[in-house]
Amino acid sequence: MLQLATRDGSPAPAAGLDHSPLAIRGLTVSYGEKPAVFSVDMTVQPGAMTAIIGPNGAGKSTLLKAALGIIRPLSGQVTVLGRSLDAQRARIAYVPQRASVDWDFPTHVMDVVLMGLNRELGLLGRVRAWHKARAMDCLRRVGMQDFADRQIGQLSGGQQQRVFLARALAQDAELYLLDEPFAGVDAATEKAIISVLKALKDAGKTVVAVHHDLSTVADYFDNVFLINTRKVAEGPVSEVFTAGNLQAAYGGRLATAQVDQLSALPA
Amino acid sequence: MLRDALLLQLGYNATLVAIGATLLGVAAGCTGTFLFLRKRALVSDAVSHATLPGICLAFMAMVVLGGDGRNLPGLLAGSALSAWIGLLCMTWLTRRTRLAEDAAIGAVLSVFFGFGVVLLTVIQTMSAGRQAGLESFLLGSTAGMLRSDAVIIALGGALSLALILMLRRPMTLVAFDPEYAAARGLPVTRIDLTIMGLVMAVTVVGLKIVGLILIVALLIIPPVTARFWTDRSDRVVLLSGLAGGLAGYVGAALSASAPNLPTGPIIVLVSFALFALSLLLAPGRGVLAAVLRHLRFQRRVHLRQGLLALAQGQPIYEPLTLRLLRRNGLVRADGVATETGRARAAKALRDEKRWEIVRSDLAHEAVAALYDGLRDIETVLTRDQIVEIDRRIGGPQGVAT
Amino acid sequence: MSGAEFVPLSLTPLLIGICAAVACALPGNFLVLRRQALIGDAISHVVLPGIVVAFLLTGVISAWPMMLGAAGAAVIAVILIEAVRRLGRIEPGAAMGVVFTAMFAFGVLLLEQTDTSSVHLDVEHALYGNLESLIWLDATGWASLMDPEALRGLPSELPRMALTLLAVCLFTWLFWRPLKISTFDEGFAGTVGIATAPLGLALVIVAAVAAVAAFDAVGSIIVIAMFICPPAAARMMTNRLERQVAWSVVFAVAAAVSGYVLAGYGPLWLGGADAISAAGMIATMSGVILAVTARFGPCRTRTGAPVQG
Repeated sequence: MLQLATRDGSPAPAAGLDHSPLAIRGLTVSYGEKPAVFSVDMTVQPGAMTAIIGPNGAGKSTLLKAALGIIRPLSGQVTVLGRSLDAQRARIAYVPQRASVDWDFPTHVMDVVLMGLNRELGLLGRVRAWHKARAMDCLRRVGMQDFADRQIGQLSGGQQQRVFLARALAQDAELYLLDEPFAGVDAATEKAIISVLKALKDAGKTVVAVHHDLSTVADYFDNVFLINTRKVAEGPVSEVFTAGNLQAAYGGRLATAQVDQLSALPA
Repeated sequence: MLRDALLLQLGYNATLVAIGATLLGVAAGCTGTFLFLRKRALVSDAVSHATLPGICLAFMAMVVLGGDGRNLPGLLAGSALSAWIGLLCMTWLTRRTRLAEDAAIGAVLSVFFGFGVVLLTVIQTMSAGRQAGLESFLLGSTAGMLRSDAVIIALGGALSLALILMLRRPMTLVAFDPEYAAARGLPVTRIDLTIMGLVMAVTVVGLKIVGLILIVALLIIPPVTARFWTDRSDRVVLLSGLAGGLAGYVGAALSASAPNLPTGPIIVLVSFALFALSLLLAPGRGVLAAVLRHLRFQRRVHLRQGLLALAQGQPIYEPLTLRLLRRNGLVRADGVATETGRARAAKALRDEKRWEIVRSDLAHEAVAALYDGLRDIETVLTRDQIVEIDRRIGGPQGVAT
Repeated sequence: MSGAEFVPLSLTPLLIGICAAVACALPGNFLVLRRQALIGDAISHVVLPGIVVAFLLTGVISAWPMMLGAAGAAVIAVILIEAVRRLGRIEPGAAMGVVFTAMFAFGVLLLEQTDTSSVHLDVEHALYGNLESLIWLDATGWASLMDPEALRGLPSELPRMALTLLAVCLFTWLFWRPLKISTFDEGFAGTVGIATAPLGLALVIVAAVAAVAAFDAVGSIIVIAMFICPPAAARMMTNRLERQVAWSVVFAVAAAVSGYVLAGYGPLWLGGADAISAAGMIATMSGVILAVTARFGPCRTRTGAPVQG
């Protein structure tokens, strides 16, 4: 089995390519003639929370989707926990952007969470009481247990996001990839989500999230990955989340005021 | 025979039909563009199928009132009315219920057409209905067309075309950017309705020539064809009208030149041939050009990545990258960089550093937006600017670190 | 109505109509939810060139080659639509419009060029089928259902349609969960081990098989109507996919039965002599059902919270 994680929250020692929960080499993804992600290397530390940050259109979501094989890259390799992506799919859970699905779909909350158990259920496996109990437990962890029978369209944005997170929890994976989990959610949801993610980390899981709110990076995450088409920097928040790197990633697009706000950071 | 047909030498009726088909093609091509730009191409399919019950009811009404059921203006008026009702049903379904537009289109199309077929069979049981020949509206039929009918079709085509010419500016604006058009104070809903009205007009005029099942092709294929050749919406309208007119003219002439060549299908197939040629050969968006461009682009990406990897002393895993480096004499067969390879790699790395500076500097924001990982920096900055950037990077950089 | 009259004249067309309606409505549920409702429209149009080519190749009017030809045409159409959409970067609706109209025109042209005077093959037949003619002459009453001799005289469309329905049911049952997940959230489905692209293609092929089997008996209008109307009406009734599918089956059966009965007996009740098109009437009834549910259905409006800005 794998050696996962230091559990005390300190950044794990740099893992080699072979053991990283997610290692990306030379990844280039292009829509048409303009690369959205160009020649990016990434090595995610196990048992830690990593934020992918960068300006709008910097290729954050694209990087995540290419890592999951949802988009086909032009070049590059992805290994998950030391083996190819396809061999390891069962150990990854993915939380897509909330806006990516039709919430008018005829289904209810419990059903969506049960989708996370698809692998275990297989093609014809019946949904048993214990499956439901597990799904319910996942809902409880995100504070949505009272909504199990609701039609998903009747939920607020924050509640929808928590249902998606519960579905990922049901997958019981080693590596959790989240695409903008805090986008357009209320404060209560943000708190609920972050406490669930921290609990995952404490249980030795690895969390990678595309994130857009620079002011919370230091509170929520251990590591950052700064990207603007190319990788700008990667490493522990304390070393990499600096005004200089942010300037490099955001260029002119980060207002000086914002930089000042973050000026508590090491230069 | 074909030459005669193309030169309009096959008699008065055939000539009228050819002119009518050409005008219809131009009108349909132009009108269809507005639908296509609005991403509502298949709405026309619902509209055209929804004409059938109207045709049948008009026939029945005219017979009951003691007239000739086959009176073309009467039938066309009926078809327009029921197409309009179909359009209203479709709009209501998408606005007031949870159905998406595609389902609403399909529902209206099949139900109206089904009801039309029911009415067709009812007409067949009527004493006057035996020779009604209403089936000819399904696939169009120009054989044995009355002269007055041909004149009506030619007039209708011309009229729709005149309307398009008058309204082309506001319609282009609405089709291209409805929100901007609304901000400019244009009555977007009314212009949308006008576009739908034109679609109906084209459909109704085209019923006799191409029939209600295939008329939608005249509204869809020419705009799609035109889109391959230009990115400007006003030119798409123009080219689409041209493609439609050409298809109408050549199709009508071809079908008049020999027996067993039904006008409607021939026009559609000519139109499709124009489309297929454009799909393959158009310079910008055509398949051939795109494939070549993609291959070239992929090679450039791999080469660049390979050079950067060389410069930073990283191993290269991708076989394609290695092959390209080798073929360009940048690495030896054993994977070690050659002299040129090292020089090019150093240059690539240095360019990356330069770009880094450019992209983090507000003063270069416009240039920074051009970054795609491949562009040579000399093409976007002056020599002086590069020198200035090099000074900020500091002393000469080694090949590998 | 006595069995002696009903069984030979009405039982088989009614059963065929029901089977066809349900076989189309089942995949239709997913097509409607995937915003691919008009795939059914496209498939039913390209059936014509398929059967004409099959006829030209074999020279006979027989069921299996024609079904194969039609299925082949459907697959070609789907591939062409995908190719045009991707290669030309054209929105799916327009891509569909280009492909199915061109193929249909090609079919009509081929038909006109071919001497089909000796055989029963024409455009009208492909459009509205001939449900009324599928009678069971060997039957004398309900007892014939137990009579092997009479059963042998069943119109071959009935077992064929029943078999198709069975296959469609099997597909839906077997792939229920993957279909549901990938229809709801394709990106996620890929990460829980569902091969979304092949599954999407399989769904379209199953729809094509249902369409091809049904068109022979009932024509393409019913096919389009049944793909869309019963699922759309079912959508207005419930917020659960399971119940939606159940409702769609109920509506499909209701449309088939009421349409057939109205077409066969309606004119008699009104004092007319001849029957009217059953296929058209079934499509019309499905529209009536949709109209009623769209006006009064408990779940007729959208529920989705506004998508984030």
